[in-house]
Amino acid sequence: MLSDGIGAPLRRKEDRRFLTGKGHYTDDINRPGQTYAYFLRSPHAHARIRGIDKTAAEAAPGVLAVLTGEDLAADGIGGLICGWMIHSKDGSPMKAGPHPALAQGKVRYVGDHVAVVIAETLNQAKDAAELIEVDYEVLPAVVSTAEARTSPVRVHDDIPANTVFEWELGNKAETEAAFSRAHHVTRIDLVNNRLIPNAIEPRAAVGEYDSGMDTFTLYTTSQNPHVARLVLSAFVGLAPEHKLRVIAPDVGGGFGSKIFIYAEETVCAWAAKKVGRPVKWTAERSEAFLADAHGRDHVTHAELALDQDGRILGMRVHTTANLGAYLSTFSSCVPTYLYAPLLSGQYAIPAIYAEVDGVYTNTAPVDAYRGAGRPEATYVVERLVETAARELGMDPAELRRRNFIRPDQYPYQTPVIMTYDCGNYEASLSEALRLVDYENYPRRKAESEARGRLRGIGFSCYIEACGLAPSAAVGSLGAGVGLWESAKIRFNPTGNVLVYTGSHSHGQGHETTFAQLIASQLGVPTEQVEVIHGDTEKTPFGMGTYGSRSLAVGGSALYKAAEKIIAKGRKIAAHLMEAAEADIEFKDGKFTVAGTDRSKTIQEIAFAAYVPHNFPAGVEPGLEESAFYDPLNFTFPAGCQICEVEVDPDTGVVEIVNFVAVDDFGKIINPMIVEGQVHGGIAQGIGQALLENCVYDPESGQLLTGSFMDYSMPRAHDLPSFKVGMTITENPSNPLGVKGCGEAGAIAAPAAVMNAVTDAIGVNDLQMPASPERVWQALQRGRMAQAAE
Amino acid sequence: MPTVSMTVNGKAVSREVEPRTLLVQFLREHLGLTGTHVGCDTSQCGACVVHVDGRSVKSCTMLAVQADGRVVTTIEGMAAADGTLHPIQAAFRENHGLQCGFCTPGMVMSVADLLKNNPSPTEREVREWLEGNICRCTGYHNIVKAVLAAAEALRGAPAHAAE
Repeated sequence: MLSDGIGAPLRRKEDRRFLTGKGHYTDDINRPGQTYAYFLRSPHAHARIRGIDKTAAEAAPGVLAVLTGEDLAADGIGGLICGWMIHSKDGSPMKAGPHPALAQGKVRYVGDHVAVVIAETLNQAKDAAELIEVDYEVLPAVVSTAEARTSPVRVHDDIPANTVFEWELGNKAETEAAFSRAHHVTRIDLVNNRLIPNAIEPRAAVGEYDSGMDTFTLYTTSQNPHVARLVLSAFVGLAPEHKLRVIAPDVGGGFGSKIFIYAEETVCAWAAKKVGRPVKWTAERSEAFLADAHGRDHVTHAELALDQDGRILGMRVHTTANLGAYLSTFSSCVPTYLYAPLLSGQYAIPAIYAEVDGVYTNTAPVDAYRGAGRPEATYVVERLVETAARELGMDPAELRRRNFIRPDQYPYQTPVIMTYDCGNYEASLSEALRLVDYENYPRRKAESEARGRLRGIGFSCYIEACGLAPSAAVGSLGAGVGLWESAKIRFNPTGNVLVYTGSHSHGQGHETTFAQLIASQLGVPTEQVEVIHGDTEKTPFGMGTYGSRSLAVGGSALYKAAEKIIAKGRKIAAHLMEAAEADIEFKDGKFTVAGTDRSKTIQEIAFAAYVPHNFPAGVEPGLEESAFYDPLNFTFPAGCQICEVEVDPDTGVVEIVNFVAVDDFGKIINPMIVEGQVHGGIAQGIGQALLENCVYDPESGQLLTGSFMDYSMPRAHDLPSFKVGMTITENPSNPLGVKGCGEAGAIAAPAAVMNAVTDAIGVNDLQMPASPERVWQALQRGRMAQAAE
Repeated sequence: MPTVSMTVNGKAVSREVEPRTLLVQFLREHLGLTGTHVGCDTSQCGACVVHVDGRSVKSCTMLAVQADGRVVTTIEGMAAADGTLHPIQAAFRENHGLQCGFCTPGMVMSVADLLKNNPSPTEREVREWLEGNICRCTGYHNIVKAVLAAAEALRGAPAHAAE
């Protein structure tokens, strides 16, 4: 094995450019003759547009164009789409209102795109935007998830009760029967708070049109440039696919928010042709708050039926999911197929029934944000289970153990679609208990109490379905795309290697991990492997990066391509060494005639392939192979987080004093990168539990948390250092044995933190974020209830 | 338009700018030093931190004209001329203190100021100091580790001061 191959904590290849200020992010790109776009956004949550007078703006200095939804329509540019069809329980298709890139007739949330000014400088564009006169008829707005269906306001005039779909999953009758047999029923009402993703790089786009070639180039902050190209071509109608190149260069974090195809990049590309110059737009942070797709926003009632021994008999869940004013690219699948199929958690639950109502409101679109549906499911399951343990007077670890799916039960078919292929939940729980020093917890709790602090401990045993996803399976559930991945490996004549992937790195370190993978498989030093991604003209068509899929799906495609390289190399080696192909062994970068010391390095074979003076008949010159990989199953990373908090009863301030995460991600390629992914996910999960909350004013629909001064991002001093452990069951469903690690931290942490806080204060009725005010008020409620008893 | 002159990464530069030009715009758009990033519009995120006369400054909150005649160091000026990473940069790499890299230049510049004034910070002091630098990727765990490692490296190599 190479010292920097699979399993090595290799330092990242991409770091040097990032550390020296030599990265190439979209806003760093400037094209000759470039102009600047500035979007006029709606100041109202809901209004009819009676007219737009752009005369003064058009006459302002430096202005090239002022464009509105009418101009889009006149050019035949279509609306933005949602790529996943959900059917309601009555069989009817979801109700999707129109989603034009610039408003047509109505605006539906604060920040909605009304017009764009293209000018010589950004300041000129901004100044001119102030001169656009929009005649609004302001309408009442609805922003509350819980009230969306009963509100008299209609976000889309022809969609009654603002209801996108009324969806269900599972067996209702069996679940009712399970509840009728129950010894105990645990009930809980949960709000999964709305979050704003806030990748630190704001979204940006540079659109360019070459009139000689009749081609568009779009530089954009995308997690999936090929998907962007496909949508902009096939649905928006900007240009045919072969006339549109999408480049997503270095991208400064995504967390889901850069999957989607947004109005701004659409308009930049379209406007570039209209003004005959490149058009650049970079979001200000306030625009990111207003118009990046938000995450979560569920209101849920859930119930768990248990027998007298604490065994789970059934679960029923009703969720209302806020989808915002328009259906974003994958919004409809997040609270449905990425949510309810995970409600079995790590447990053998005979019957589950879930209903999800998707609703429109006058708020920014809601779509996938790190974890996407699975954090919401884990939060429901793990708060239910912990609550049940408290109500039954059982150790929460013991109640979980009693219900775990056992290692001998795989493949395990849950009642909600998924077939888990491997796992060992007891192992990760045990390791987490060891790392947190569970045995001595009572002593620590007593110590805290002696200092006037309330100590609590909370568990979260999560499972996720990721490695998205088998194409036939997701197609049967309504996906408009397949979710395979592509790879290409090109040996150069001098023996170094270019690796092309259809996935995309925006912080995950693909340039390192994929180089390690190829180095190990082909026996080439990692420094001679260059990973290329993010350009539709360079890489094969790929589906991009989200759902912790890059390694499990994209890495498996790479593995297949490397196998083809080895197979071809074997033919060439056999010819050169005058041996039978069957006698050629390949190991550590060398083709050897079995049982002899005759061998050729893979670099020698690559050279021979490009200088084929002596070459086997019927074999093509060159050494370059492509592969596409469609996964056989989702992958099922799972693990256990345990959080310990101290609460100051006088102030309600929560401090996390001990945080353990043990994960089973299958085989690990680079443990350093994997741990980094876990840390980042945990921070986002803790952020959701304690700090972050997107708030709209219920009357006006104004975003009240529209800056880093109002929206509480986790900062260094809000967080502890984390203890991270691993257990491994190798994934039988892909050739690498890997599962994916990008989302786990964010999926598990909210429940662990909230279980710890509610344990500390002895009050279970507490919603995220557990701000000092909310915790203090919960403590007062608890005291009053105690006094009343 | 006023002319501003300053020393940036050891080089004298002089440009005519609109009076409202921010220092970060001057660096990125006039000098092409795109390593300094803009991540917010309220002086919160710290992606734009540079040094002005040796002190860390959010360059989105200072006008270019205010930097007239002063000495500015950006992330591009931290590594040695031969490409050797500054010990803080090296510690970030060694400890995986960066993922997407967008907040990283501001982090490195901010940490350099911290370690110049406090060569042996505690973990708590590091976390408090970084209050003005937001990272969405790392959960700060490895950034804090990197800063403590850099502090140790710099203490062991007094000749290579934080700037």
